Amino acid sequence: MGNESTVAEYSLGIDIGSTTAKIVLRKGEEVLFERYERHFSQVREKTAELLRLISGITGDSEIAAAISGSAGLGLAEAADIPFIQEVFATGEVVKLKEPDTSCVIELGGEDAKIIFLDGGLDERMNGSCAGGTGAFIDQMATLLNITVDELDTLSLDAGRLYPIASRCGVFAKTDIQPLLNQGARKEDVAASIYQAVVNQTIAGLAQGKKIEGKVLFLGGPLYYCKGLGLRFKKTLNLDDEHAIFPEYGRYAVALGASYFAEKQQDTYTIDSLITAVENAGSVSSGKGRLKPLFANAYEYRKFVDRHAKSAVKNADIAEYKGKAYLGIDCGSTTTKLCLLTENNEILYSYYASNQGNPVEIVREQLTEIYKLLGDKIVIAGSAVTGYGEELIKHAFSVDYGIVETIAHYTAAKYFEPDVGFILDIGGQDIKCFKIRNGAIDSIMLNEACSSGCGSFLETFAKAMGYSIEDFAEKGLHGNSPVDLGSRCTVFMNSSVKQSQKDGASVEDISAGLSISVVKNALYKVIRASSADELGEKIVVQGGTFYNDAVLRAFEREIGHNVIRPSIAGLMGAYGAALYSKKCAKSNIIDSVSLKGFVHTSKSAVCQGCTNHCRLTVNSFGDGKKFISGNQCEKGLGKAVTEEPLPNLYEFKRNYLTSLSSKEGTRGTVGLPLALGMYELLPLWHGIFTKLGFNVKVSPMSTRRTYEKGQFSIPSDTACYPAKIMHGHIEALIEDGADAIFYPCLTYNMDEKMTDNHYNCPVVAYYSELLKGNVDELAKVKFLYPYLNINNKKELAKELYTYLAKFFDGITKAQVKKAVDFGLNEYDKYMQAVRDEGARALEFARKNNKRIMILAGRPYHIDAEIGHGIDKLANSLGFVVVSEDSVFRLAEPFTVKVLNQWTYHARLYRAARYAAEHSDTELVQLVSFGCGVDAITTDEVRSILESEGKYYTQIKIDEITNLGAVKIRLRSLIGALDERSGDNGRA
Amino acid sequence: MEERKYVEFTEEMRKTYTILAPNMLPRHFKMMMRVFASYGYNIELLETTGHRIIETGLKYVHNDTCYPAILVIGQFIDALKSGKYDVHKTALIYFQTGGGCRASNYIFLLRKALQKAGYGFVPVISINLAGLEKHSGFKLTAPLLHRLFYAIIYGDVLMNITNQCRPYELNKGETERLADKFTLELANKMQTEGVSFKKVKANCKEMLEAFAKIPRSNETKVKVGVVGEIYVKYSPLGNNNLEQFLLDEGAEVVVPGLLDFFMYCIVSNQTDISLYGLHKMRKPVLDLVFNYLVKQQKEIIALMEEDGNFAPPTPITHTMELIQDFMGLGTKMGEGWLLPAEMLELNDEGVHNIVCTQPFGCLPNHICGKGMMKPLKEKNPDMNIVAIDYDSGASKVNQENRIKLMLANARANLENKERENSVLPSDENKNQKNSKKILDKAEI
Repeated sequence: MGNESTVAEYSLGIDIGSTTAKIVLRKGEEVLFERYERHFSQVREKTAELLRLISGITGDSEIAAAISGSAGLGLAEAADIPFIQEVFATGEVVKLKEPDTSCVIELGGEDAKIIFLDGGLDERMNGSCAGGTGAFIDQMATLLNITVDELDTLSLDAGRLYPIASRCGVFAKTDIQPLLNQGARKEDVAASIYQAVVNQTIAGLAQGKKIEGKVLFLGGPLYYCKGLGLRFKKTLNLDDEHAIFPEYGRYAVALGASYFAEKQQDTYTIDSLITAVENAGSVSSGKGRLKPLFANAYEYRKFVDRHAKSAVKNADIAEYKGKAYLGIDCGSTTTKLCLLTENNEILYSYYASNQGNPVEIVREQLTEIYKLLGDKIVIAGSAVTGYGEELIKHAFSVDYGIVETIAHYTAAKYFEPDVGFILDIGGQDIKCFKIRNGAIDSIMLNEACSSGCGSFLETFAKAMGYSIEDFAEKGLHGNSPVDLGSRCTVFMNSSVKQSQKDGASVEDISAGLSISVVKNALYKVIRASSADELGEKIVVQGGTFYNDAVLRAFEREIGHNVIRPSIAGLMGAYGAALYSKKCAKSNIIDSVSLKGFVHTSKSAVCQGCTNHCRLTVNSFGDGKKFISGNQCEKGLGKAVTEEPLPNLYEFKRNYLTSLSSKEGTRGTVGLPLALGMYELLPLWHGIFTKLGFNVKVSPMSTRRTYEKGQFSIPSDTACYPAKIMHGHIEALIEDGADAIFYPCLTYNMDEKMTDNHYNCPVVAYYSELLKGNVDELAKVKFLYPYLNINNKKELAKELYTYLAKFFDGITKAQVKKAVDFGLNEYDKYMQAVRDEGARALEFARKNNKRIMILAGRPYHIDAEIGHGIDKLANSLGFVVVSEDSVFRLAEPFTVKVLNQWTYHARLYRAARYAAEHSDTELVQLVSFGCGVDAITTDEVRSILESEGKYYTQIKIDEITNLGAVKIRLRSLIGALDERSGDNGRA
Repeated sequence: MEERKYVEFTEEMRKTYTILAPNMLPRHFKMMMRVFASYGYNIELLETTGHRIIETGLKYVHNDTCYPAILVIGQFIDALKSGKYDVHKTALIYFQTGGGCRASNYIFLLRKALQKAGYGFVPVISINLAGLEKHSGFKLTAPLLHRLFYAIIYGDVLMNITNQCRPYELNKGETERLADKFTLELANKMQTEGVSFKKVKANCKEMLEAFAKIPRSNETKVKVGVVGEIYVKYSPLGNNNLEQFLLDEGAEVVVPGLLDFFMYCIVSNQTDISLYGLHKMRKPVLDLVFNYLVKQQKEIIALMEEDGNFAPPTPITHTMELIQDFMGLGTKMGEGWLLPAEMLELNDEGVHNIVCTQPFGCLPNHICGKGMMKPLKEKNPDMNIVAIDYDSGASKVNQENRIKLMLANARANLENKERENSVLPSDENKNQKNSKKILDKAEI
């Protein structure tokens, strides 16, 4: 290293990451200066500033210099200074400093990297969909309203870990928020956040390669967050000798750049470097800019005047006498309260972040309200809505708990009786409902991947050093807003990075982000292609619409004006208060009891069944309790008295898990209960049992199953049902299977109603992937023949030829008999499912129950993949049937898309059945990442809507929280009630 | 069940309509369009670019659909809206594979999008060999197919040798100009010359000789192969101008040809017979066509070997052998087994650095792309593969940063290899000149 190639006295390495700039100056092996600072996107300025700091050391001597880092690329090019890719720079350092390292884990602001040094250099960086990084930790700290240091300290006192989705920040947020709302300990949440980062790093980057030997941990987050290091050590099972957190951890890339610099031809003086950096004009591409939000000041004034008209009157609480109505909206990040007079004027309102503890906020506010009311005002009715609805309702004996959608509609109607469309963008979610004939006609909630709207803007404002108000104000004056697309926030982060590189101003970035939020809502959630689809009368609300830039962007995007009530952020609470006006006498906690109110929470594990739900037990002063986290009623300690409602998911699970197996003589064949096996288990089980094998089926999945196999998942954006397959394979091998069978089936069963009868590529060929990535499979006979299950003769022939290669003494006749038997078992199963479906429908109609076709794929019945949504639907009063139990009751028909897959064809026909029956609703389960469902969802929707039915879609992934699902299903019920004029069951 | 309804492209329309076609491989498609023209179709290749295409696509197609569909449909609707065409005298043409991948549904998504945009009356012609749809005004006759096949051969050879010339040319732009000249000439010949493989070979020979005359440096460059989902692999619109980026980074780009994909499609049909016993009566025709293509490909390869100036492509039969240890030929959705097979083929040709391009969330790619990297690398430790996701929201910075990492590794590997080679006893002056050849040998 550093041989004759340069004569420079000093070597300088500059590392400009997504959020911080690092600089290292060396003379020989001695580090003379190092510095680590946030650059707030002022890349050029910060670099020049740091360079000036070293001018005292270097004087006019020659310096070898190089730049590295994701945000350094543009600068290096513009200033004509050598650039080295950052992972490569790290590699340079490690080879020099810790040559016996096997693996490097480096986390940066927005990047995560793993470098394997054993057996040939292999470097991996996070993909375009990954958030387990420094920025993610920042975001989570913001969510908890603490600093990153505090988060770290808290994490060291954790008692338990909650499962938090590790794929990307937005998902994790969805998991964390309810935990906070339900009163989980911050210590536990902090550690769980770290664990999510660890899981993400391992699952997302290692991709099947084991992390072992001496591991070096680098980068800012790992240097500062001791708790994070601890989680890594525990998870990877490393002792102090094998987990190295070096002093130079933050500077590794800069250091590597300085070594790289030595090998370059050119040298600089500090002055020439500063000049080069300062003169590096921002290379604006000129592309990707949008029109400003306002063409001129006049346009802006007109806009402001127009919106000033949608205001609610305030009443003076000191002068008012009589009845008042209280509405509480306990949202995911904010808590809102609203107290109304009988004339719907606002006596008192409150809007603030709930800081992870909504119960305390509401207690404070109620105390305040009682103080103001005195004796002259009586709370005559109260209602609560939002994520924390149940908790608050129980804590303070609130009269009504109503689902958010109903609350918002009630409020919107007040401003525009003929409202046709409501769009609510809150801190975490986008909700929109179409109103048709005075009832909620369709509901769209953002899927977990596109949330983060309001809080996302806020996080960005903070990162750039502005309050959200100032940031929004700036956006109004952007001359050429940057075009950031309409994808999820993780993508936007890097798009913003790029536009900063291109020299975009804060004004243009703010305006661009506002436009993105709007596009996200319009094209991702609403999926509108023109404003006409939204109708004429549109009310927009939610805290995010206080932001005039967002409001303006929305009007511009849809091409006409909308109503934004002055209480845009309070609409849920206002609607709840309006709703509570039908109350005769309120039972809400009185001022005396409120004084003695106490709230504690602790965690517990439910022992009601094998699911072992993690419960949070909230206790209130008067001995009342509220338990959350339960997936069924058992966790509440109630005895189940009523006969359970029919549930085809449960029926299928019971049928499949109770397939009896005989003691075989040919050894054990393991069948992984995942993907296509969920449908064809009776077939394969029958065949192998008949052939004299001991058949072992892997148990139904749990979270543990996923974790057990996550080390070998090569593609982190595949669907959860596929990823969980890895755990099933591991389980079977652990359980001592001699062979494992999961065939490749290009074609599924031909049910004679479609253009074709394919499997999706993942179900069809997952074995090819397993073979290449699950090392453990080498220990067993892995059987994955390509088979044709539609032709008895072919199936027997192919299977025989294949099995004969692995097992002695199997005859063609035996296989033929076994195939006959297996196919018969399969038919029996499908018949049983259809019979049970018929029974369920009959039961529902006899007992006047609503029917839900919970339509997905066969593997969605899995307890872990389906997250118990079927049971939730039961608990809400639905009889649950599956798509495969009822689809034959509708006539085959021609769909508008190519009907190419067997499973999906059932969806279409099941949708037709729901469309034809007024007592039947269809809810479609969609696995995140299922590309095929991009096609089926639109088609299922149009089949349902053609008959005026609601379309409800639930996207499922690793997320274990049922809160959002519950809101959706309750909104559906609310909408159904509203439509049938039955207005109280919500 | 009733028949699915679609606007038919009639014989009448053929006389008066302009047919718009999406662009995936500029040179190939230009020549193919000329073939269609010679059969009386007024066909026009869309060469529009720009962000508006993505915007339009996102507006009319479900956003979780594959990026290629969003781009192609966006490009179509954007063209219809442009005012450049009489929309009542315009038809669209698109490929349809008919397999288990959702790409088979593109045609239907396109029709849905047209409906939504108010162009429901515009006929959409499906080019497919699976007999999925019929249009009285559009027929893929045997002679037409034959000519299309020659256009693919020309396109592949042209792509192959321009890639080998461009990074080394001494006079900037010379390769491109020559390639443009040949594209035009060959396109014209497609119209005038009959279907004779003899002529095709003569034309290829002429091409090889002409390109060999381009003055080139003999410096050593990193070679980078590009594989992946067919649209993002080839289309500059789909892959953010990947080829140009790699060239600017000083690499020589190697892209396997389009012919391989067609032969892969035929093999897919053959496996339906061999694995599942389906459509047995198709066997003789499939075998005949496959053997014919294999033979033609081999002759072209022989031609290139004889000429000796450029590295020829690998015959598909060898590529198929390479994949046998890793994946069954029954994996036939999307690019199926061809995707990892092409990685192995490149590695076999001495191109160890590979960009695997895929649309974000491409299902077959989970298995055939990312799913095969571990086993491939285990057996071939020299392979240096980077997987890049493309979609409307992916940032170019991230993509380029990842590619740069792969290139940094590639350069380091190349340096190491050069160092090893320089230890070999050699004449110092000649060494420089021969280093490329030595390297090629060392890599093979």
